[in-house]
Formats: sequence, structure tokens, C-alpha cells
Amino acid sequence: MSKRIAVDPITRIEGHLRIEAQIDEGKITNAWSSSTSFRGIETILKGRDPRDAHHFTQRFCGVCTTVHSMASIRCVEDALKIQVPDNARLIRNLIMASQSVQDHVIHFYHLHALDWVDIVSALKADPAKSAQLAQSISDWPKSSATYFKGIQDRIAAFAGTGRLGPFQNAYWGHSAYRLPPEANLMAVAHYLEALEWQKDIIKIHAILGSKNPHPQTFLVGGMSIPVDPDSQNALNADKVAHIRKLLRKARLFVEQVYIPDLLAVASFYKEWAGIGGGVGNFLAYGDFPMDNSGGTENQYFPRGVIMAKDLANVQPMDETKITEYVTKSWYTYSKGDDKGLHPYDGETNHKYTGPQPPYEWLNTDEKYSWVKAPRYMDQPMEVGPLARMVIAYAQGHKEVQDTVNFVLGKLGVGPAALFSTLGRTAARGIETLLLAQKSEVWLDQLADNMGRGIYEVHNKEKWEPSTWPKEARGFGYHEAPRGALGHWIRIENGQIANYQAVVPSTWNAGPRDPMGQMGPYESALVGTPVADAEQPLEILRTIHSFDPCLACAVHVLDGRGTEIIRVKAL
Amino acid sequence: MNNDQLPMSVSLPEETLRKWEARGVSRRDFMKFCSSMAAALALPITFIPRIAEALEADNRPPVIWVEFQSCSGDSEALLRANQPTAAELILDYLSIEYAEVIMAAAGHQAEKAKHDAIEKYKGKYIAVVEGSIPMKDGGVYCTVAGESALNIARKVCGNAAATIAVGSCAAFGNIPAAAPNPTGAVGVQEAVPGATVLNLPGCPLNAENLTAAIVHFLTFGKLPAVDRLGRPLFAYGKRIHDNCERRSHFDAGQYAEAFGDEGHRKGYCLYKLGCKGPETFHNCPTVRYNEGQSWPVMAGHGCIGCSEPQFWDTMSPFYRRLPQVPGFGIEATADKIGLGLVAATAVAFGAHGIASAFRRGDEMESDKVKKEE
Repeated sequence: MSKRIAVDPITRIEGHLRIEAQIDEGKITNAWSSSTSFRGIETILKGRDPRDAHHFTQRFCGVCTTVHSMASIRCVEDALKIQVPDNARLIRNLIMASQSVQDHVIHFYHLHALDWVDIVSALKADPAKSAQLAQSISDWPKSSATYFKGIQDRIAAFAGTGRLGPFQNAYWGHSAYRLPPEANLMAVAHYLEALEWQKDIIKIHAILGSKNPHPQTFLVGGMSIPVDPDSQNALNADKVAHIRKLLRKARLFVEQVYIPDLLAVASFYKEWAGIGGGVGNFLAYGDFPMDNSGGTENQYFPRGVIMAKDLANVQPMDETKITEYVTKSWYTYSKGDDKGLHPYDGETNHKYTGPQPPYEWLNTDEKYSWVKAPRYMDQPMEVGPLARMVIAYAQGHKEVQDTVNFVLGKLGVGPAALFSTLGRTAARGIETLLLAQKSEVWLDQLADNMGRGIYEVHNKEKWEPSTWPKEARGFGYHEAPRGALGHWIRIENGQIANYQAVVPSTWNAGPRDPMGQMGPYESALVGTPVADAEQPLEILRTIHSFDPCLACAVHVLDGRGTEIIRVKAL
Repeated sequence: MNNDQLPMSVSLPEETLRKWEARGVSRRDFMKFCSSMAAALALPITFIPRIAEALEADNRPPVIWVEFQSCSGDSEALLRANQPTAAELILDYLSIEYAEVIMAAAGHQAEKAKHDAIEKYKGKYIAVVEGSIPMKDGGVYCTVAGESALNIARKVCGNAAATIAVGSCAAFGNIPAAAPNPTGAVGVQEAVPGATVLNLPGCPLNAENLTAAIVHFLTFGKLPAVDRLGRPLFAYGKRIHDNCERRSHFDAGQYAEAFGDEGHRKGYCLYKLGCKGPETFHNCPTVRYNEGQSWPVMAGHGCIGCSEPQFWDTMSPFYRRLPQVPGFGIEATADKIGLGLVAATAVAFGAHGIASAFRRGDEMESDKVKKEE
């Protein structure tokens, strides 16, 4: 039997995503990923001061805040050939790493966990057994039976009000949930703990950048947080000590809660190591520079490209091979919609041709998304933690290899298991651990600079537009939590002449291209089992494993046009 | 007020405290919350029992939180809330019927939750709107479940007891509305003129202001007093410049001249590096962000004016200092400030302000401003 379904809105993501999918014999056979919101910020940027761009672009996203500021200042620095001081490099590394660590933990517990964890089942747990389980996998101190009983009582009191708020109408009791009640209770406890933890550790951004979300501290040429151990208005020993304490708190939670939970939950869902593989091509720009040469050779996470899951052959990344298509996107190109454009020559001429709201279905034979379709050498590419980890793994990165092998060994699976929904979720945990551990090293280096009297945070040589060439262009990259992020800028007469961003979710959530190739979400959904088309929990698992960051939706569609089930309430 | 304990003269009913304890909120935390709310709202301590009463368990107000052209930054800000925390808000203080970023259900199950809540709590729930609403071309630039943002806003805000516009996008259109405003984005009040809207701008908003506004509503059954832009006076009643910790440096003519220079490191005034504090009404200097940790000026970066309408166009370029305008010595009321940037700037730099800005005879700096323009 064939069914078509639409999931809109996809919740627990940033933005508006809609998925339409076709289900045959309990499996997805076709899928369409559509973003249903457009703001036009690239258009808004034209004619403005390039030094202001990072404030605008940061507002692309408030969940992975900071990342579009990073890519933006780097594209201007690339265009104007500006080298940033070492302190700025280290402060940026600390901000980027703590963003990834905090964001990944929020993703695991608050955006993704409810796809695997049945909160209602936790009410049936024996708290003593939850304690036993928790103590068997970790040294985390909050693991007594009394503690878990307290959590259970709190949830029971909440459920007893009969008003479940954000937890109502969900998929509780779905046959795809596999955890025993005790594991569910442990996960619920950590859901609440992580909620507390995330707001504490992100104070690192407040110290280094005034606030979070949307820190206000980035500058073309460096950072605006002053460094001076002899001032109470600058980054001094006291503030460094505070950051150190927060970094330690971050690392301990990742080591003792996140990773053990990830392994415990994954061990109940091993079949998902064979589901949701996707396009099998991976791209990473690399990030976390280990010196301030401005080069891309010496980065903690390396650059590279892997095609067709071929780990034996990592190719160099060449940004000139990137193009974006709008064949299936609500834009037009002046030289024809089937022609790919490099971002330097990119165009954002929006032209909506979809159904007028309110609508039931998108016409997926025509244009169907606000996301463009980026391609590398005309191939769809997956970006994100999995791409970063396999590219580093394949290049012999010692720490990545050790951690990946540890996780694979614990789960009793081979490297092929990485190319899956579960692999994506595991890779995110692995890199969180590595960054949580590495951050303390960068803080040490910053403290060392301060101790040697090096206070410079901003290179002001080319701050004034009068020092700039009449025309310049630059590429700024960043490995954001959700993957490879690129900004391309053209500067003319001190103003932005063109600005294009190809964001991680553009790579992953993009629609088909003129060759008919699916984007990574679409491709990963094909083959995903769906036990109950009315409750497409499995779609959420695979889509959330990418950690979407846009306004999108997912539909399931019947290719033979037989029975069409309308699962939308509207 | 000391946040750690209630003043001796105020006590809360034992029964209330016990009820909260059963739900996992310690007496101390609950008292701390009530007293900090009274402080945030500038209420006398005698109001604390009334706040506690308003927060009674079974009175959890239903909240429908919708997102349109947003970056979810305001939802994230909510997760950073401290008094109370996000977990307490979700489990103990509010009944969040719909909020895309945190809710477990998706697709039609999520939509059903929204529609049920609108019916069940008609006229009684609080609508929270995040993100601007695109008006151009029949609303095609933002749809959820196939429905335009405008239609959803009409339904959700039109049936609410009150609507809180969180963040500058929902309040004034903000970045999607920046020139040339490609999608015709506007704030909620403009999109749904009949709705009762409280604006809490900021990019993103400060979560402490949201919790304070909600508690005000629960305590008094009405929205707080607002300025002419619909912003509560308790949070937007004063200029950043007037409460700024670096104000004395401004008055003394001590400025940071470049990022990283000695003045910058010593915490001098950021006016010459483009600070828009003199034109911006917001309580950042007193409430700060992330549990009072910091705010832009404290961390060495000027204010960009993010709580003001159209700040992307009126306050940029962000690193150019506020232009010189005629009108020194004219004192004006807050109402006049709203009349326009020129007036606002004049007020911001009341006689001694502007004079001190140029006390050091910095002609080169003023020449530069003219040249760039």
C-alpha cells in the first residue's frame, strides 16, 4: 500500500522545514525537503559596510549563533588580506568550540532525544534500577536512587496536572521506542540537567563576547574583547579563571553524561546504523586554526572531500568547484535556472511559484523549496560532524581515530556503521568530546600570551575603508556545529557588491538539482522504515540526525498515486 | 533587595510553599524568584505574596509560542533564562501548549495541539510571537503547515488574552524588514492591528524581561505600562547611555579611540567606536545577559541599538559614531525622542555630553565622519 504524507512543521529544529514523503510497504521510497520561509538577508546586505556584515549574518541563525559572524569576518579578512592577532585566533577558537559543545549537547538532549526516549515510560521505571544503570556506565555523581525518584516524582506531578504542554500529543508508546523504563528515566533526568548546564557553560560567550545568543564581539581584523591582566574592564586573570571553571564543567558533563548516554541509547538502536545513509559524499572546510598564519594546513579539524564513502581517498577541497542550482528552488537566475553558479557570481532573485497558502501539498515536480541546491563537482555533499569526523579519520587524525574506534568498539560495529542515522548522531558526540578537551589547551595558550604581555586583539591596519582596494573578493569559511559554512563577498568602493552564504543546511536540506539528484536529507530518508504513517517518528530520527537549521517541513508521497492519506490537520 | 531571602516583613503561606516543594521547586528558589520578580518590576515588597498567588500551580497560564521569519534566537534566549530557569518555566510556571523549538510532537500532531489550545483557552492564553510577518505576495515568504504567517498570527493573536512580541523582528520587523525589505516584513502590531500587543524588542530579547512581563500580567491581570512603541517602561524606560557603567568616562571625555588601545582596555567610553547607547532605550546595563554576566559595552563593543525600530538602517554603519546634529542644549522628553533619530540624537547628546565628546579637540575624527558621509 502506498501513502503520501507531509510533516509540517518539523519541530525541534531551527526554522521552518517541511518534508513530504512517499511510503510503500512501510518504507520511504521518495522524499522532498522544503524550506518554507525566506527573509532575503543576502539582498539586504548589498551596498552596506562590509565591517557591519557580521551583525546581519549572525541573525541567519539564533541557535547556531556566532557561526555566521565567524564566516563573515573571515570572508572580509580574506578579501582584504588581513591577518588576525594570535589572541583573536585563540578567543575565536574558544568561542567556536564552546558553541559547538553547548549546541551539540542541546541537540542531543532537547532536539533529538525525544525521538529515542519515551518520557511517559519513565514513570514506570524503578528508580533503584535507574541508579544501577547510571552507576554502571558513569562516575557522574547525580546517580542515586533518591535522585531518580525525585525526578520521577517531579514528572509524575507534572503529568498529574493533565496539562503536558510541549510534551502533549507526541509519539509516546510508539512501537519504535526501545529503551527500558529505567533508561528512559535516566535520560529524562539528564534532559533536565542539560537544560541547566547549557545556560551555565555558555557564559563563556558572555565573558568573551557580552551575551549569548548573538554575542557582540566580532570584528573584521580580530575581536573586541580587550585583553589586559591589569584592567578590571578587560579579559584578566579572574575572567580566565572563570572561563577555565566553565570549560571544566563543560568537559565533565560531556565525558560523564553525554557520551555514556549516547553509547547507552545507541546500544538499543543498532539497526539505525544501517538506516539513513544518504548521499555518501562528504565535504569539510576544516577549522580551529592551530597557528595564526591564516593558512588552512594546520587546523585541528582538517579540510577535505570524500566521494562515495571512499575513506581511502581523501581529496583536497577546492572552493572553486562549488556551484548552486535553483532548478527546484523559488529563485531565478539571469542566465537560466538549470545553470549552476559559483557563489561569487551567485544571484538571489526570489520568485515564488509554489501553491498559494493555505495549501495541502507542494508541487514537487516544479520548484518546491526556498533552499538552493549546492553541489561540489556537480555532486550533492553531506556536511556536518559526520563529514568532519570521517574526513579527519581517513586522514589519520590520531585523536579522532582513537575516539571513533573507541565508540565503534563499544557498540560492536565497524566503520561502515558511521554512514547512517546512528553514525551521524555518534559523530556529533565524538567531536563534542574532542572540542571539550581541546578548549582548555587554547585557554592555556591565551593565558600564556597574556602572561608574556601580548594584549593585541585587533589588527587595525586595514580597518579604515580608505586603505582598501577599489575591488576585492573573499571566501570565509567555518566549521559550524551543523557543518561546512561558506560566505563569499565582493567588495566594491568600500561597499558590499555581492554577498552569498552557502550554509550547512543548504548542503544538507537542499532540493534536487537539474540532474535530478536528491539532496542529502531526501536521499537519507529513502529506505527509512515507517511503522505508522500517522506517526512518522522515524522520519524525525533521520532528519534530526542532521540537526536541521532552517524553517522546513517533510512530506511523504505515494509515487503510484494510489492511496493518499492526508495526515495534516489543516 | 537581597535576592537570597525574603525580607522579614513578608511571608508566604505555608500551603503555597509546600505545593511548590512537591513539584520540585525548593522554598528558597520560589521565594527568590518572587522577590526578584518584584525587584524586576520595581514593585514594593508587599506585592510579593500577590506574585506568589498569581503563580499558583493550577493557574499556569497557557502559552502558544509561534515562530515566523525568525532565527529562533529568542527561543534560545528563553533557554538561557535564570529567574526562573527554562526547566521551571516549562514544568512549573507556564503551560507551553505550542513552541516549535522544544515540543515533542511534529507535523499534524503539533498543529492539533495548537488548534486545541486556541479553542480550549480562547481569550485566556498568552500568545508569544517570534519573528516578523511577511505581507508581500499573499504571505508566501513564510508558511507553516501550508498556512501563511499572517493567517496564523491573526488566528493565534486574535484569540489571545494578550500577545507578547519577543525580539525586534516580532516587535518591529527587524532584519527581514531592513532595506529593501524584500518580503514586506512587519511586526505583529502592524500585521494584526486589533491584537493587544506588548513589544519586547532586542536582538534577541533578554529573557529576564520576558519572565518579568509574564509575571506582571499574572499578578495584575493586565499588561505593564508602555512607551509609545509598546515597550514596557520597566525595561525600556531609560536610555542605555543614562544607565551605562561607562557614563562617567563619557562625561570626563575619556574615549577608546581604537579597539585594543589603552582606553579600550581601561573601559573608557565607546562612543567614538560607534556606540549607539545614547539613542537606545533598553535595560541592558542594569539587567545584563546570561544571569547578569555581561552586556555589549561591558565586553568592549558598542551598542548597536537593537531594541529600536529599523535599527539596521538607522544605526548603521555600526562602527561610525553617531553623527553630529544641531540642537545642543535642547532638553526633551522621552516622547520627543521617539519623533525621530535627529531628535533622539539631539537629546542623547545634551549640552555637556556633546561638549565633552569634543573636549579633546579631536578635529581629525570629526573630519573623518564628514568625509565618509
